[in-house]
Amino acid sequence: MSDASISAPREYEPTFGDYVALLKPRVMSLVVFTALVGLLVAPGGLHAVEMLAAILFIALGAGASGALNMWYDADIDAVMRRTAKRPVPSGRVEPGEALAIGLGLSGISVVMLALATNLVAAGLLAFTIFFYAVVYSMWLKRSTPQNIVIGGAAGAFPPVIGWAAVTGDVSMASVLMFGLIFMWTPPHFWALALFTKSDYGDAGVPMLTVTHGRDSTRRHILAYTVLLAPVGIGLALTSVGGPITLAAAVVLNALFLKGAFSIWRRDDLAAEADNYAAEKKFFKLSLYYLFLHFSALLADAALGGLL
Amino acid sequence: MIRATHELHDRRKSRNVGLGLTLVGFVAIVFALTVVKVTRGDPMQAFDHVVRPEMEIVQ
Repeated sequence: MSDASISAPREYEPTFGDYVALLKPRVMSLVVFTALVGLLVAPGGLHAVEMLAAILFIALGAGASGALNMWYDADIDAVMRRTAKRPVPSGRVEPGEALAIGLGLSGISVVMLALATNLVAAGLLAFTIFFYAVVYSMWLKRSTPQNIVIGGAAGAFPPVIGWAAVTGDVSMASVLMFGLIFMWTPPHFWALALFTKSDYGDAGVPMLTVTHGRDSTRRHILAYTVLLAPVGIGLALTSVGGPITLAAAVVLNALFLKGAFSIWRRDDLAAEADNYAAEKKFFKLSLYYLFLHFSALLADAALGGLL
Repeated sequence: MIRATHELHDRRKSRNVGLGLTLVGFVAIVFALTVVKVTRGDPMQAFDHVVRPEMEIVQ
């Protein structure tokens, strides 16, 4: 290292943790879980090392798209309280560094996934990164209140990639796993939007609660929940499903529909009276919904292995 | 007088150690992948380790 770098340090030297924060580790945990389920329920199998590498590079690809998102959205993130402390808007990491890390890790993750597994999985990962960084972050997030729906598609790809890493193809079961996360995302986020005070409006991001009103958001939650139910049941009837998945799908979708119906039935006046109890309950249920649905797939796969 | 350590050095150290461990981990996973793919004896070429059934020698 030259002396110049010591004598003229930048205002803040980022730590390793600042760079890790660029990769959105909390989002990564959902990616790891759903991709792992896709891998484990797929017919055939990978060596444990290949499986570990596949999960690692799928997670790294997701992290890379997170870094690209933080590079592009630094102006929005700086305005909103929830995101103002992120590495780029807070000045801990330079925007150029976030871009370089995002692009570098995208390349590494896609190439390594191709080498560890196959080109179909790598192609799907590349498309997911492109979709999240370009289609969602750069284009549609700021231009349509359906941004949550589109962003949800990016989050729905990991089980499809996990499946493709084993089989080298896309099947009805993996498409339905995609559909489950895709249809689940809007009611999950819109329920949150109903009971949290957000500053998306200040940042110029169109959110359904602001652009179309809160009653319309309640209708949207119900509509997506109604459409979600057949996807959940359908998934249980595919080759990866089984008695546990079917039972979980029936119970979880019935509870989810009941929650969405009670959100739809009331207005903000009623919601304020009980401090958004129904909306909060629905949001909490939505977290269990996805986790239990995918856990049920794993349980059926384990049961199938035993029988 | 030059102070032996400074907060700046701690942050640089965290970065260097983190990056070092990441690189060691990366080397380990590439090595493990290579061992798995080579010892399995799949018909493949060294440059990409992708299985090519057409390379199978028919007796």
